[in-house]
Amino acid sequence: MAMTETDTLLTVSDLTLYRGSAKILDHVNLSLARGETLALVGESGAGKSTIAMALMQLLDGARIEGRADLAGAGDLFSLSSRQMVRLRGKRLSMIFQDAGAALNPAYTVGRQLITTLRRNLGLTRPEAYRRAVDLFAQVGINDAEARLSAFPHQLSGGMQQRVMVAIALACNPDLLLADEPTSALDVTIQAQIIRLILSLTRERGASCIFVLHDLALASQSCDRIVVLYAGQVVESGPVAEVLNNHRHPYTRQLKSCVVEIGRADLVAPEGTVPPHDQMPKGCRFSTRCPRALARCSDDAPPPMPANPDRGGPHDHVFACWNPE
Amino acid sequence: MLIQALKKLGQTLVVLMIVSIATFGLLKLAPGDPVQIMLGAEYSQETYESMTRELGLDQPFLVQYADWAMNFVQGDWGTSYIARTDIFTYGFKEALPVTLTLAFFSLSFAILIGVPLGVLSAVKKDTIFDAGSAVFALTGTAFPSFLLGILLIWFFGVKLQLFPVMGYVSPWEDLRLGIYHMILPGLTLSTYFIAMITRLTRATLIEVMDEPYIAAARARGEPGWRVIWVHGVRNIAMPLVTILGLQLGTLIQGTVLTETVFNLPGIGQMLTSAVLGREYQVVQAGVMMTAFLFIGVNLLVDLSYPILDPRLRDRK
Repeated sequence: MAMTETDTLLTVSDLTLYRGSAKILDHVNLSLARGETLALVGESGAGKSTIAMALMQLLDGARIEGRADLAGAGDLFSLSSRQMVRLRGKRLSMIFQDAGAALNPAYTVGRQLITTLRRNLGLTRPEAYRRAVDLFAQVGINDAEARLSAFPHQLSGGMQQRVMVAIALACNPDLLLADEPTSALDVTIQAQIIRLILSLTRERGASCIFVLHDLALASQSCDRIVVLYAGQVVESGPVAEVLNNHRHPYTRQLKSCVVEIGRADLVAPEGTVPPHDQMPKGCRFSTRCPRALARCSDDAPPPMPANPDRGGPHDHVFACWNPE
Repeated sequence: MLIQALKKLGQTLVVLMIVSIATFGLLKLAPGDPVQIMLGAEYSQETYESMTRELGLDQPFLVQYADWAMNFVQGDWGTSYIARTDIFTYGFKEALPVTLTLAFFSLSFAILIGVPLGVLSAVKKDTIFDAGSAVFALTGTAFPSFLLGILLIWFFGVKLQLFPVMGYVSPWEDLRLGIYHMILPGLTLSTYFIAMITRLTRATLIEVMDEPYIAAARARGEPGWRVIWVHGVRNIAMPLVTILGLQLGTLIQGTVLTETVFNLPGIGQMLTSAVLGREYQVVQAGVMMTAFLFIGVNLLVDLSYPILDPRLRDRK
């Protein structure tokens, strides 16, 4: 897929994030075209959710370096909090892991949706109400009018997440950040919710960043994939390309974790992520890497194109001194 | 629901009975003879005995208690020997409104000052402001209220002449003057509660602000003030109301001192003068009214839970 400058919605360059002295994200680079779906994958603690929260500027007490340019808004990290408030919900919005906890228990779901519509789009109460009924129907909530007056605890987990999707897409954002939107749900409902998010964002021409720990889910639903390890991007590119022709040893380990029915040899990556004060200066995976060279722990590998001879279109990149 | 209400009512009755027996017994044990006090220095043995009989003080303890309880339930609370008035009128119509007004003002001050102060401390966590409010809260809880009352009288009443220092004017009769008279006593009584509510608001709000629904509210474009007041503070209402309800006992206790310092004719003063004058029936009435008040407020607190937290509404 060719990507021209005008197509680009978001470019994150050299995002480095500290919490105290711990470097949570280390020079993360991402870019996202309009209408594209990107998956951030990696084990927990890799910094996937942190990237999403940093883009929304919802992290308190974190020091951020680098840029995140959103088309038409400039660098998100240098916007004032007032300017950020104007973007949130309208151009950027977010779906959270546990919808039950992300809905305020004190207010009806209808009130939370209608307030969003009224405040962000300046609709009158009846206009917002009609729009809310319409949105509930779009996210597959039957009997929308009755459900609007329900409190979050009166809905099932799947319903709660549908409400969150309705709220997140209420104002037609350009970019939807979905932070493990299905990990709190039953497996049977997971696919429904993912499909719902994909079809609604596609309809609206919106881009979507999925934070996932499930590689199989990522491969089915996304255009491109970014593999993170301990806050570093180890490999990224089109989903099929990265999964079929992976170059980074960590990507192989992640792939080998995918559970397949009927397969007995479940392999888990060995070892654990080192604590932040013992993190190697170079490639952070070097402490667990079977292919590590002497230079790996001191010398951070830069992003390298996987197919330099084939030229531009394949933006498959990896960061490894000894690729597979 | 009905069974629960009946249970609650039964509990209330038992509590009231225990309170009444306890005070009745304690007052009998206390030294001093009410008949002597009433008759003054000079009286004959005959008058003494007839007076004792007239008051039923020659009867056994349980008979006296049962007698009193029957009359009490019927609204016949006896006569105050000293005030020479009907205790029911004295207590309900004169003393109770004063104490309720004082309690209302103190509670209002506590909420109107304590909640915003606590919210600010939570939002400006770990800043100079937060540290300052912590010092204020500690001082507020530790400072004796009678001393604070006297200091306030001296500064605002005598030096600056801003507020009246004594007495009570019903806000129903003269709202402006009524409020004027309540500012200093209200502040005196509420300092402890302002401090307590400030700390409680700060602690609970800091916890609530970490909830995912707060991040979610910000994520959909809610401005900071709405996130704090509409989403945050709304969810600390329940612990706040609970603690306020429980602390109401302390507040009523506090009225005794405050009413004395500011010369307010409330239940506190009624109780103090009755204890000093050995007026059993007045003390009894005062304690019972206080108990009623306490139980009533806790009932209201219980009833408010489903309003404050919708999750409790569906529970059977």
